[in-house]
Amino acid sequence: MPQKRVSLRINGRDYTHEVEPRLLLVHYLRDMIGLTGTHIGCETSICGACTVMLNGEAIKSCTVLTVQADGGEVLTIEGLGRAEELHPLQEGFWECHGLQCGYCTPGMILAAYQLLLRHPDPTEEEIRRGLDGNLCRCTGYQHIVDAVQYAARKMRESK
Amino acid sequence: MPISKLVGARVKRREDPRLIRGLAHYVDDIQLPNVLHAAILRSPYAHARIRAMRTDQARRHPGVVAVVTGNEIRDQVGCVPVASQNPTLRVPKRYVLAVDKVCFVGEGVVVVVAEDRYAARDALDLIEVDYEPLPVVSDPEKALASGAPVIHPEWPDNVAFRFDLKQGNLAKAFKEAERVVKQRLIHQRLAPIAIEPRGVLARYLPGEDELTLWSSTQIPHILKTQLSVMLKLPENRVRVIAPEVGGGFGSKLNVYAEEGLIGHLAIKLKRPVKWIEGRRENMQGTIHGRGQVGEVEVAVKKDGTILGLQYRVIADIGAYHQLLTPGIPPLTGLMLSGAYKIPALAIEVTGVFTNKVATDAYRGAGRPEATYVIERIIDRVAQELAIDPVKIRQKNFPRPKEFPFKTATGLIYDSGNYQGALNKALRLSGYQGWRGEQRKLREKGRYLGIGLSTYVEICGMGPSAAMPAGGWESGTVRVEPTGKVTVLTGVSPHGQGQETSFAQIVADEFGVPLDDIHVIHGDTAVVPSGIGTFGSRATAVGGTAVFQAAQKVKEKAREIAAHLLESDPEDLVFSESRFSVKGVPKKGVSLQEIALEAHLARNLPKKMEPGLTATSVFEPANFTFPFGAHICIVEVDPETGRIEIRKYVAVDDCGKVINPLLVDGQIHGGIAQGLGQALLEEVVYDEEGQLLTGSLMDYALPKAEDLPRLELARTETPTPVNPLGVKGVGEAGTIGSTPAIVNAVVDALAPFGVTHVDMPLKPEKIWRLCREKKERRAEGAG
Amino acid sequence: MIPAPFDHITPRTLDEAIRALASHGEEAKLLAGGHSLLPMMKLRLARPKLLVDLSRIAELSGIEAERDRIFIGALTTHYRIESSELLKEKCPLLPQTARVIGDVQVRNRGTVGGSLAHADPAADMPAAMLAVGAELLARGPEGERWLKAEDFFLGLMTTALGPSEILTKIRVPVLSGHHGTAYLKVPQKASGFAIVGVAVWLRVERQLCTEIGVGVTGLDAKPFRARRVEERMKGTNLAQSLVQAASSQVTQGVSPLDDIHASAEFRAHLARVYTARAIQEAAKRAGV
Repeated sequence: MPQKRVSLRINGRDYTHEVEPRLLLVHYLRDMIGLTGTHIGCETSICGACTVMLNGEAIKSCTVLTVQADGGEVLTIEGLGRAEELHPLQEGFWECHGLQCGYCTPGMILAAYQLLLRHPDPTEEEIRRGLDGNLCRCTGYQHIVDAVQYAARKMRESK
Repeated sequence: MPISKLVGARVKRREDPRLIRGLAHYVDDIQLPNVLHAAILRSPYAHARIRAMRTDQARRHPGVVAVVTGNEIRDQVGCVPVASQNPTLRVPKRYVLAVDKVCFVGEGVVVVVAEDRYAARDALDLIEVDYEPLPVVSDPEKALASGAPVIHPEWPDNVAFRFDLKQGNLAKAFKEAERVVKQRLIHQRLAPIAIEPRGVLARYLPGEDELTLWSSTQIPHILKTQLSVMLKLPENRVRVIAPEVGGGFGSKLNVYAEEGLIGHLAIKLKRPVKWIEGRRENMQGTIHGRGQVGEVEVAVKKDGTILGLQYRVIADIGAYHQLLTPGIPPLTGLMLSGAYKIPALAIEVTGVFTNKVATDAYRGAGRPEATYVIERIIDRVAQELAIDPVKIRQKNFPRPKEFPFKTATGLIYDSGNYQGALNKALRLSGYQGWRGEQRKLREKGRYLGIGLSTYVEICGMGPSAAMPAGGWESGTVRVEPTGKVTVLTGVSPHGQGQETSFAQIVADEFGVPLDDIHVIHGDTAVVPSGIGTFGSRATAVGGTAVFQAAQKVKEKAREIAAHLLESDPEDLVFSESRFSVKGVPKKGVSLQEIALEAHLARNLPKKMEPGLTATSVFEPANFTFPFGAHICIVEVDPETGRIEIRKYVAVDDCGKVINPLLVDGQIHGGIAQGLGQALLEEVVYDEEGQLLTGSLMDYALPKAEDLPRLELARTETPTPVNPLGVKGVGEAGTIGSTPAIVNAVVDALAPFGVTHVDMPLKPEKIWRLCREKKERRAEGAG
Repeated sequence: MIPAPFDHITPRTLDEAIRALASHGEEAKLLAGGHSLLPMMKLRLARPKLLVDLSRIAELSGIEAERDRIFIGALTTHYRIESSELLKEKCPLLPQTARVIGDVQVRNRGTVGGSLAHADPAADMPAAMLAVGAELLARGPEGERWLKAEDFFLGLMTTALGPSEILTKIRVPVLSGHHGTAYLKVPQKASGFAIVGVAVWLRVERQLCTEIGVGVTGLDAKPFRARRVEERMKGTNLAQSLVQAASSQVTQGVSPLDDIHASAEFRAHLARVYTARAIQEAAKRAGV
């Protein structure tokens, strides 16, 4: 099959590659760009471990072809915060023990990021609903909810 | 001991920075040059003879480097090991790829190794296998029936093992009983579903003759030993690394076919080989949990006193044993007394082969089954005798002064105050108030239910004499020449947070900041020895080893300090990481200075070995027995079968707590998994052994919305088994929660005459039961 | 997890897309958000040789009102529908339905046209489209034609679209007067798809139901409009006993699906219960 040229801006950097049309965005990010913070947890767009932001919206990168993202802007967990300046969500997950094994965490954080973009002051119910595309098998979600509340508070205060 | 600063504090985790930034390395994140990718063709049949295979087209596919079948390597790679022992055990040979015959859907048949994942996957489609389907045994009860097809013809039937336990005079108990209550109970198969599926990466260096295998495992050291046997390599040439591991819950407490297979391929091809499990493979080929069908019978007096209990259970083993498969159902037997005094007891376990993937340890491993049996039946008894479920429990608890308490199953419960935990839970939940609310709502045709579970579990695994592969754990503490502290532990955390809690233990011991301590685990070339993380053992056994190693280091440091200060060791005091002469605080030497002296070794006491390091191996004298009381309040809509959890209170006692934040997290996660079993999760195979819940589109895990806000509290009854007083907490939530939820739903439906519902409590079951009972009553009335 | 190889084109115009479809026949598939197609391709249950990616065709997106009709481009995502102020005001049943589809990420990516054309028997949006009497614009080599939602769904994953036709636009009425809408669903807990979903819109004048649409999904191999229920409700005061009686008709002439998540019998029962509950909820919102 012919290769297709794609150009993407990922975490603020521009990339151009020739890719097979069937290359999944998650494989492109992990195997070609080397951003392995985006994980794969299922094959059926249920678990949300592969969640990244594409053009400002949270998506499951295991169910998007790289060619579909051509010309788009991607934000992965690696681009969200810096060591010296964590994003409030990263800080919240750390402070509130919102992770255990950490495998679902990058996707969970980006799903929460999406939620806070749309609902800066969510209720607990809205948080739980907003994370319905992400499975965590470790935490029972309670500390994740706390982490999102922490981040929401912090982001509102800093505005 | 110094005044505790960090132990007991809600210290946030040291593991987290790498995880929240996406910088951690799980197996699939490790990049090696020249790596090959493996994909495995799996059986679509539950039971079939392999008549022929055609692999030439796959071999010719661009990018394919090797295609290997079971027959080609049957003599080169040893079978999948089974560690649990039992005199009646039958162990069928399980090759790493099927030889001549497949026995469950998902059994590996052919492996393809290619330059990239996509090519390997494409080549699978080019392999043709001729199967001759054989009769399938899917249901474990039918598997025992005479005339059932036999899966392994080496034996006359499908029995995999038996385990019996009998104590006390059961005949007398049942003779004297004023009431006998019986219940059939199903513990459905569950899929552990660590969100990171399994994965293996192997690299063989022919020059060095050394195999390094990265695996998403909970037991790197055990895996190393077993691999050396499977691959016929000297054990000192095998290194296993458990990198970041994305959850296990028992599913990675195993030695899998793929670990041997990928190790073998790396040696044979002399290039690194990576295999990453897909979720469908995971559901088909990684162990399942539970899978028991039993009948419990209990003899009681009218006042609710339990006289005796009998449990007959069939355990669905699957087609082959995995590492601990035959060891799990006996744990159910051992824990059947639960939190109660039961003088006479008989347990009969029959393990049965079926054409399904093996069952093995899944969070709780045998104890959730036991707790469910005893907590369900005690509620049944309460219902029959019209006794409050609180009172019947209180009546049968051992008193705190009766500990250590010996059960009829022969265990010795280390310490406990079951009344204390229950009282606290009753108070926090507002139990009496809810009973009032329940009466009021029932009058309005609404169905509220209150469920209790007062559990005790066995953990801190455990005394080596009672374990299949050693129950000790190792810990090494080394003070580097610069004063930084390195801790090596044989446990293999994969989310539990021991990089933090073990650092807390050592930081308190040495009076150094947490940041000066680094905990290393999971690499057999770095950590001298170990057993691993499972059975809620890491802190109770591994934490103790680290604690004792730290004490040894401190003793040595004291001797060096005395030597340097020209003082008697007894005259030194240790404070803020510094030894000083009693009464002369200025005359002192810091741990860092001592470490440097220990390494330079120019001025040490006579005959003392240089360096400031010590290893301790802790062998526990007993298991530990955490306990607690969970109370769940539900409302059920009988018209739709929908269950809403209105309140959930958990009071857990895991002994001394090192880090309350982590303990809360363990309890939350445990309850979520227990709730999953109670309400949602079920592995379903059909009569032909086809897996109908083969993906997360059909196997439901709890989501954030499925859980209420959990209210947690603790009581603290230290264990005498280890000097830290810690018991373990990894499985408590799962063990305690399931029966509380089921009991609540049954309680809600009591007005319909419902006495039991099998898990998972899916809406359809609830609706059917309510409808049937209603109809029966209407008939009765008519 | 890895689809079989295929080629991918991104036509800029509808005509270009239609030509591609026409010339490749069965081997070509349309790609919208990809949330129905890609999962099947990853499991290799679908192996198209060519994907015709519609995402760069501008005219397929957007929500616009024109007099008493609202036009929704087929490529409009579920999230755009869920959050559309225009729809919330003029045709709230659609946002009410969109918000319970799948999960956030799926709603961000999945499209209304993709979902309708895929015709999964458990998809949510068909129920709402049936209830409001939506019309669907199909364009093919022969030109354009409007199809009623009721005539669009033919069977299990089968629609009235021809092999080279593309669903381009959906037209729904502006709901006026005293009206109420509701979409209630029992989700399959793993996938989020509907075990049963019932969408209702109704208009009330002088406390009487003058118009009603009831769309049902999940129950049968194809989503359908429950005409019998509607007939029984029309002209009534929506009293509870009448709603119950009418709702019991929802399963008439239907062969309920049966799977590990719900038996046919339970699905039928849920359909009756949820039809009644959805009508009651819509009536409440209409001020009855």
